[in-house]
Amino acid sequence: MSADIVAWLVQDGITNGAIYALLALALLLVFAVTRVIFVPQGEYVTFAALSLSLLEAGRMPGTVWILVFGGLAAAAVEAAAALRARAFAALPRIGLLYLALPAAVALLVGWAAPRQPAQWVQVLLVLAMVVPMGPILYRVAYQPLASASVLVLFIVSMAVHYVLVGLSLVFFGGEGLRARPIAEAKFRLGVVEVTAQSLWVLAASVVLIFLLWLLFERSIYGKALRATAMNRVGARLVGIPTALTGYLSFTLASLIGAVSGILIAPITTLYYDTGFLIGLKGFVGAILGGMASYPLAAVGAVAVGLLEAFSSFWASTYKETIVFAVLIPVLIWLSLRSRHVEEEEERE
Amino acid sequence: MSRGRVLIALFMFYLAAAPFLLPEFYVTLMNFIGLATLVTLGLILLTGVAGLMSFGQQVFVGFGAYATGVLTTIYGASPWLGLAAGLAFTAAAALGLGLITVRLSGHYLPISTIAWGIAFYYAFGNLEILGRYNGIQGIPPVGIGGWLLDTGRESYALIWAVALAALVAAANLLNSRAGRAIRALRFRATMAEAFGVDTARLKLVVFLYAALLAALSGWLYAHFLRFVSPGPFSVHLGIEYLFMAVVGGAANVWGAVVGASLLTLLKEWLKDILPKFFEQSGNYEVIVFGLLMLPLLHRARDGLAPLLARLAGGARRSAVPAGAPELASRERPAAGEPLLEVSALRKNFGGLAAVRDVSFAIRAGEILGLIGPNGAGKSTVFNLVTGVLASDSGEIRFRGKRIDGLPSRRIAKLGIARTFQHVNLVGAMSVLDNVAIGAHLRGGKGTVAAMLRLDRGEERRLLAEAARQIRRVGLESHLADPAASLPLGQQRLVEIARALAADPVLLLLDEPAAGLRYQEKRALAELLRRLRAEGVSILLVEHDMEFVMGLVDRLVVMDFGERIAEGLPSAVQSDPVVIEAYLGGVA
Repeated sequence: MSADIVAWLVQDGITNGAIYALLALALLLVFAVTRVIFVPQGEYVTFAALSLSLLEAGRMPGTVWILVFGGLAAAAVEAAAALRARAFAALPRIGLLYLALPAAVALLVGWAAPRQPAQWVQVLLVLAMVVPMGPILYRVAYQPLASASVLVLFIVSMAVHYVLVGLSLVFFGGEGLRARPIAEAKFRLGVVEVTAQSLWVLAASVVLIFLLWLLFERSIYGKALRATAMNRVGARLVGIPTALTGYLSFTLASLIGAVSGILIAPITTLYYDTGFLIGLKGFVGAILGGMASYPLAAVGAVAVGLLEAFSSFWASTYKETIVFAVLIPVLIWLSLRSRHVEEEEERE
Repeated sequence: MSRGRVLIALFMFYLAAAPFLLPEFYVTLMNFIGLATLVTLGLILLTGVAGLMSFGQQVFVGFGAYATGVLTTIYGASPWLGLAAGLAFTAAAALGLGLITVRLSGHYLPISTIAWGIAFYYAFGNLEILGRYNGIQGIPPVGIGGWLLDTGRESYALIWAVALAALVAAANLLNSRAGRAIRALRFRATMAEAFGVDTARLKLVVFLYAALLAALSGWLYAHFLRFVSPGPFSVHLGIEYLFMAVVGGAANVWGAVVGASLLTLLKEWLKDILPKFFEQSGNYEVIVFGLLMLPLLHRARDGLAPLLARLAGGARRSAVPAGAPELASRERPAAGEPLLEVSALRKNFGGLAAVRDVSFAIRAGEILGLIGPNGAGKSTVFNLVTGVLASDSGEIRFRGKRIDGLPSRRIAKLGIARTFQHVNLVGAMSVLDNVAIGAHLRGGKGTVAAMLRLDRGEERRLLAEAARQIRRVGLESHLADPAASLPLGQQRLVEIARALAADPVLLLLDEPAAGLRYQEKRALAELLRRLRAEGVSILLVEHDMEFVMGLVDRLVVMDFGERIAEGLPSAVQSDPVVIEAYLGGVA
């Protein structure tokens, strides 16, 4: 294996690893705050990437229908709760947030799509379609079960994954799609030919990670999220609305997922179900990092990207097998470290 | 005959008649239901009962199917050899994967099952010997003594015979010594350990059992379809098996049939009608599956099993076997012999010394009270003695043998039984079954014996002993009630009966009077006096001075992690240090 192949594989691995790192952070965030193992995280990536590709082709992505019908379901749940509590004043807000806003986004996308607007407009449209999926999913699927056990929430995630992957096939079809790169330049750095797109990915990941750090360290919302992650009951006792932190973490997760999708769309051909694997690789990264620390999760995710790049060079057909089998030594290590008897038992 | 038995009899009748009445297509569908039932049954025990979630059962189905596929087509072996090889390979793989994962906390297992699901799916699809994505064709049918099962109806007979046998075996298992321990795994692992159950090992056994049922399903599948390819072993199938288990619910093994039937039929029906509404082709049924699961999880987390139970006319009454010989009991130490000696015991939590150089001793035949204000370190001492926590320094000896550092199930074996401050009963199980967990170490029959009903003699003795202890605490009228239906005071008595069923030399009671009403406290004190008279020694950790004073022989008082007084109740009561600790220096 020559030096430039190694350099090329490293670049490829780090680019993908940066995406996995973003997803690993989102997964960790959602898990810490809501105890949800958010399997559908990867679906945001597919929805964002494939929607971008369709917008480029001047077609309206079906993603808007998730927004409209999901908003409808959320509005129904919210309105039912408001009516039961006789809080009629809340109804206009519910209508605006869950009905008018999604409808506006849908109309906007429907109007703009055939006109093939500039790339940055397309990116904004994709964000407007995908980011609201986070709070809507939280409201419809997870909030009614906020106090359920991790395992029940896990099954809910699987059900949501099922729905989203099924819809993805309906909206985008079985064909793979790839978007136009944001930047097409290439330049040499020693023996390496670096693509500007991969620099974009890296830069965006670093900026996003920095922003997350700012949010957690410097803002009151970030501190509320951290407090909820550490101790739900305690957070509630000091007046942090835990439902709000749920919405916040789900919105951040969908934002991160959407950005990842936009970044990755020009690099790889994505299929309707690719997101599942991408999201799970983020999970593998988070577990490599011990499922507790953000920096370690990011490092673990980059390691997954590198491992994937090198294994696709040596044994391309076994790429997935190798990447997911790497969990086993890590789990052995975690298992040796853990105490014999489970400390945290599931509640009845 | 109970309604449940009528339902089962009707189902048997349907199973027997179906191949003669149904057209070929429905017989095939019934075969798929039977195959899914086996996998779901394993999952109901693994996930529903024992609380270990797996999305990776399809991998074990694949092992069973591919093992026999390779052996019968490439090496021309008999399907029976294929079965043996598939089960052996699955057992080895499940043991390896289980050793790694079942000890980890809740969510690691499901995530790693998804990971190995993906890893093996791609391995199935890329291995040359497994025919890559084309799969293996021309697998021979199973032959039984020259009779080849090569039609759908003949496969039906084999598949459902195996499925029914598995269902009956699983029902037998849950109704046994091992089954009671399995039912405690999900919510009550600490309690199970305190009565001698090796929970890590038991979880592994259940995991292995579920994997073997899946492999068995794979073997049947391969010889029924005569063709194996990676498709049916993808992660989505693993998710569907879990959905079947959720729909069926955990309360009853027959939930496996219900879950497998409903989802298989629904999928078939949706595949039929949904494409009529859409132009393109697609997996529309998965969308509907997902959408149906959400309200089910929101509204009926226990699946359809409770409904099933209502149809069957309520839980079966636990029958107490009459005339069973008594279990062997331990030889008792002579009164006054030193029993438990705690010396210079120390435990720190971070910078806080929760227990500082505490020493005391209990002699056989006495009730020793360990009292102190809130936060004095009583519960920590209790947890150190019972092996729930490990001490930092000091010694604990029981009848001369050091027990500090031993896991709680080993301590239980030496004759120490405990109760829990926060009542720790398996709520859905009857009082009788709960108390029988206490006698776990007095029996020895395992899972296989239970499935084959070879444990009945021992089981009768265990239940008779449990019933005897229930009478001893005066709860005989509640024998068959679910433990959760009793008021708190009576649940505490169940805790004591369970500890007594272990035939303890020393009984450790953690605040048994907390939350009891006056009359209940008096009855409890009366019971404890009677136990002392019968030769049981008791360490009583309590809060309630009044309750303790008239009852115990000696008192040890703790405050801020230290022993501040020891002696007769009357002497302790007038000790100025104790009064200061309780009243905060006002005296």
